[in-house]
Amino acid sequence: MPGFLESIRGAVGDTLFYGAVSPAIKILILLFLGVLPLITYLVLVERKVLGFMQARVGPNRVGPWGILQPIADVMKLLVKEDTLPKQAVKWAFILAPCLVVAPAFIIFSVIPVGPPGGGRSNLSWFVTDVNTGMLFVVALATIGVYGLIIGGWSSNNKFSLMGGLRSAAQMISYEVPQGLSIVGPLMLAGTMSLVGIVEAQKNAGTWYVFPQLLAFFIYMVAGVAESNRNPFDLPEAESELVAGFHTEYSGMRFALFFLGEYANMIVISAVATTLFLGGWLRPFPNVAALSFLDVVPGPIWFIVKVFVFLFVYIWFRGTFPRYRFDQLMDLGWKWMIPLALLNIFVTGLVKLLV
Amino acid sequence: MSQPFAQAFGDESLSDTLLNRSEEMELNFGPQHPSTHGVLRLKLKVDGERILDCYPIIGYLHRGTEKLFELHPFFQNVPHTDRMDYVAAATNNLAYVGAVEKLVGLVVPPRARYIRTILCELQRISSHLLWLATHAIDIGAMTPFFYCFRERELILDLFEQYCGARLTLNCMRPGGQPHDLPVGWTDKCREFIDLFPSKVDEYEGLLTENRIWKKRTVGVGVLDPETAIDYAVSGPLLRGSGIKWDLRKEMPYEAYPEVEFDVPVGKNGDTYDRYLVRMEEMRQANNIIRQCLEKLPEGPIMAKRPRVMKAAKDAEVYHAIEGPKGEIGFYIVGDGTPNPYRCHVRAPSFINLQVVPELAKGQLIADLVAIIGTTDIVLGEVDR
Repeated sequence: MPGFLESIRGAVGDTLFYGAVSPAIKILILLFLGVLPLITYLVLVERKVLGFMQARVGPNRVGPWGILQPIADVMKLLVKEDTLPKQAVKWAFILAPCLVVAPAFIIFSVIPVGPPGGGRSNLSWFVTDVNTGMLFVVALATIGVYGLIIGGWSSNNKFSLMGGLRSAAQMISYEVPQGLSIVGPLMLAGTMSLVGIVEAQKNAGTWYVFPQLLAFFIYMVAGVAESNRNPFDLPEAESELVAGFHTEYSGMRFALFFLGEYANMIVISAVATTLFLGGWLRPFPNVAALSFLDVVPGPIWFIVKVFVFLFVYIWFRGTFPRYRFDQLMDLGWKWMIPLALLNIFVTGLVKLLV
Repeated sequence: MSQPFAQAFGDESLSDTLLNRSEEMELNFGPQHPSTHGVLRLKLKVDGERILDCYPIIGYLHRGTEKLFELHPFFQNVPHTDRMDYVAAATNNLAYVGAVEKLVGLVVPPRARYIRTILCELQRISSHLLWLATHAIDIGAMTPFFYCFRERELILDLFEQYCGARLTLNCMRPGGQPHDLPVGWTDKCREFIDLFPSKVDEYEGLLTENRIWKKRTVGVGVLDPETAIDYAVSGPLLRGSGIKWDLRKEMPYEAYPEVEFDVPVGKNGDTYDRYLVRMEEMRQANNIIRQCLEKLPEGPIMAKRPRVMKAAKDAEVYHAIEGPKGEIGFYIVGDGTPNPYRCHVRAPSFINLQVVPELAKGQLIADLVAIIGTTDIVLGEVDR
């Protein structure tokens, strides 16, 4: 622990330090050095990877290889006029983007990027470890849909309204299979704490992706639908609904929707990593022969895994056409929910028998 | 949404009340909308996302081309045709100059006929590529757009090398061709046609067996053969419904009688069949170009023609060819002066557009963009 933190701890005492000071510092670091740069650069990564897949270059004008592009984009969005349509419902119009972004950011507080602290400093790699962590994540992820539907409704635009309605139907339908798919790993781990789940995978000696392959796929697909990404990007289907629920938004309010979408992508990837890919654990955590992999610290493993997920997201976008609304509902209710239920049943049966 | 619900009840009066209670919304789809391919405006009556009624409104790009034809001599009118279907200028040129040649009585030398055929088939490929690119991006597949434009660029380069223009080609004259093929052009063209089939495989690899693509296109916008004929639909839209009608075979012109090619037809008349028909047409066009390059005769490229072309008084002619979008024809009336007295264009996009409301009724808004895409309209030609 750096000296100045040590002195703060000496001044305020252990309780206050671990209860308030260290979480506050962690939140600041997480937001301003972690999540926000990650999101802005995820946009650049997406554009570069898509460009690579689509036989073009991607951004390459601002800075070498376009690495300053996100900064230029953010500057542009910050100074752009923030229009408010005359007929819009003002308070709802302003509230909606905040409702999308805030929950997505709050979820990061329970995501264990690295192992819990030990030794003298006792500082851990996460803000807090809630014992119902998974429930907390699901609950917060659900709030985001209010932002979309309120934004769509309050704009007083028919395309926005349809986008908002689509997103409401879609997110509610896909929360069910998503919620059911995470029951499998929870049953195996016997805890809802995200740190506990990773540690259970360490004790079990395997990532839960192997015993819970079906749940993993359901979670992935539902996650893509949850974050409104291609091929489930119906709420903002450009060719059908112009820009969907954010048609009337501009400037920083639009940027907040944008941030929310990408933050959701990262959240879903991070939760998937924690639940199914062993969080900060190295591959095959029980094989001693691979212990040289421990050289790479846990948080790096975590970030690498998250980026694998994000790459798959971008890959989807480069490959698939868009589902139609009714087909999306069919897929969710007729296929994914029964399969998720089947998965829970089989997991329970195996757990009882073994 | 309410219709199937009401049908399920099977009660006339109940279905009536349900229908009346449902809230219908009027939605202006366009003229400024990302997927109406220009300035098409569709007035929709929707119930939720279900389209109850669809009414196309056109004219936002009207430039009075048909009147402009009357103001210029025959040979000066070719550039106007470029600007109608601006993604298929060569076929427009050919339809017009063909009509004028019939009217004035000019015989085009064989080399010019072959060059025209090559240019038209290249144009067909480039037009279909643009169609595929926009159709795919409408349905949400982003990548084919860039792949298609990559190959379209090669075709435009060939055009540029031939006549200097890439889009508004102005590459034909009544009586023959303005330029001979430049040195090295045939080699470059051959390079392209050797490369192109593998690229078509690439697009098909992305789309043809893609489950989502099939879900979005199979059974969507079904056009039965009777309706197709009733609406005088032509081109791939007609052939997708299973009617084998291609003017290149039925009323051969230029070098088409001397080359071999198949006319692909669909079975179910849905969006997916029309997609398959157009993909196969691109391969066939490739074959036609290959044969034309092999058979390309030597000789003059321009017929002997008078300095000022005049049509006889009251002479009238209709000449149609198979454009990428369907039958494009010119009906020209002469009055003994160097200008046409009247020039009417049978524009395939205009006539194919009429069938859109028929296809769209009862479908979802998401299907509407697929239907607009599959009819392959160009608003420059619809409005003229």
